[in-house]
Amino acid sequence: MGGIKPTRSERIFDAANIVFLIFLSLMFVIPFLAVLSTSFISAEESMRRGAFVLIPERLDFTAYDVLLNRGKIILNAYQVTLFRVIVGTFLNLLFTSMLAYGLARRSLPGRNGLVLFIFLTMIFQGGLIPNYMLMDTLGLKDSLWVLIFPSLVSAWNLFILRNFFMGLPEELEESAVIDGATPLLILFKIVIPLSMPAMATIGLFYAVHHWNDWFGASIYINDINKMPIQVIMRNILLTGITQNEAQLEYVRNPPPAATLKSAVIIISTLPILFVYPFLQKYFVKGVMVGSIKG
Amino acid sequence: MELKAATIPPPVPKNKSRWTAVKKHRFYYYLILPGLLYFLIFDYVPMFGVIISFKNISPFEGVQGIMTGEWVGFDHFVRFFQSYYFWNVLRNTFLISFYNLLFGFPAAIVLALLMNELKNGLFKRFVQTVSYLPHFISTVVVAGLIMMMLSTDNGLLNAIIVFFGGEPILFLGEPKYFRSILVVSHVWQTVGWGTILYLAAMAGIDPGLYEAAKIDGANRFRQAWHITLPGISHVIVIMLILSIGGLLNAGFEKVLLLYSPAVYEVADIIDTYVYREGLTSLNYSFATAVGLFKNLLAMTLILGANYFAKRMNQTGIW
Repeated sequence: MGGIKPTRSERIFDAANIVFLIFLSLMFVIPFLAVLSTSFISAEESMRRGAFVLIPERLDFTAYDVLLNRGKIILNAYQVTLFRVIVGTFLNLLFTSMLAYGLARRSLPGRNGLVLFIFLTMIFQGGLIPNYMLMDTLGLKDSLWVLIFPSLVSAWNLFILRNFFMGLPEELEESAVIDGATPLLILFKIVIPLSMPAMATIGLFYAVHHWNDWFGASIYINDINKMPIQVIMRNILLTGITQNEAQLEYVRNPPPAATLKSAVIIISTLPILFVYPFLQKYFVKGVMVGSIKG
Repeated sequence: MELKAATIPPPVPKNKSRWTAVKKHRFYYYLILPGLLYFLIFDYVPMFGVIISFKNISPFEGVQGIMTGEWVGFDHFVRFFQSYYFWNVLRNTFLISFYNLLFGFPAAIVLALLMNELKNGLFKRFVQTVSYLPHFISTVVVAGLIMMMLSTDNGLLNAIIVFFGGEPILFLGEPKYFRSILVVSHVWQTVGWGTILYLAAMAGIDPGLYEAAKIDGANRFRQAWHITLPGISHVIVIMLILSIGGLLNAGFEKVLLLYSPAVYEVADIIDTYVYREGLTSLNYSFATAVGLFKNLLAMTLILGANYFAKRMNQTGIW
């Protein structure tokens, strides 16, 4: 920036700013670190040291052993979540892109009406009970599909993708039409390959939704074998771990409740913490695709 | 549409029926049909379902109740308006939402301004990565973190209090702390993510403006006040409208996970009340009426906000 030397007060401001932001960053990191270290505290150490232990003397993996090796519930819930993320995100992208592509066609008769039809769902919803009755009537309760169907297309993501499609050069498609390609072929062979940044972004939005969502599953699913990881975690956090969830009777020194709870939090969050730094830039891009233009 | 006339079929003449145009596009209708069916079934059927708030149906009748249930007019609404819960949940919903907005909204702008002043790219990226993080974490995990931090036997906060000779506090069971916990955690969850658009808008401001201001002797604060903030004002308006749309949600999932009868008085919001009345007490019609009331309120807010934004500076969201 220019040739002007920073003044004394500017340097003070910069230093204070950096100190403040370091402090702020700690506020985001410390809760995770505290939970991480709590998950490694053994029953014995917790009895002896009491209260809050920030740094465990020894890493004790009993909680993880109990949750992952002795009980099947957590691993099973992981499978449900994985199914949901993979199949769900795929169907999300398929339905959203087909709809977005059709609605991106400027010459489509009735297009404005159809867009309005979808837009209205963004400002008015039926609410909890009518939705619940619908799932009941469709026979989706206690089915894995209830984790996928009710959020098949997000109107918000649909409009992001449609915006993107509308920005592609029309000539590309027109030449394909002349060569006799059907819209379906054009969509999958030309439009989607050209839209990978937008597809990746909304795909990530959908995937994170599937990974994190718990409310729908908690009201529609009673069968413990079909519960995703977040619902199992909620049950453990609110009611404590039961012998069904981890066969505690086989463990001589069961870890303290706080340790078990922490370990569940870590298990269910670690995958996302792991991929997050790599995905972050796509999200940032996606937010901007969606909003700045408007 | 300006291709050589020889290569594309001539446009459909106006007087030829619309039907021809529709037929020409039939493939596109096939493409959008599955998506439209989705919206019809999963969004419009529940919209139609709000009829039950004007009827009396029991959960055991299922959907048939929608057709057969007897009409009771506005009885459920009147009962809600007259109940003790009405003012209580209305006050809590508005207060929690209002505090979330009051503290959460400017926090993102301030954080973006501070991050924008950083010259070291690496450190800036670190702060961003760390502060976006809570956005990607499930509400259940956030609630879990809050419970663990505030727990009386091994929570970090109580450990600090005990270290300084205080008595541990049962934070989540105390009405006087509950809303603060919600609001602080709301800011924690949203502030980093909220900075993205502001930072993007700031990056688009002409650097020449800052240099001119510097030559005129403006310090960093004045530069932020007279250049950066006006430069991002259109984004601020859009973000404000968008957040007003979700205003009445008041962080439903988090409240549901964290509250208990001990704090209902300050924590019970419209959504948690609907949840209890509908899914726990099985008063389907009444709960739907309460939900409908909330939706109408939210709709009015978002339409109103958009209207005012358009009147003020022509940047509505639609």
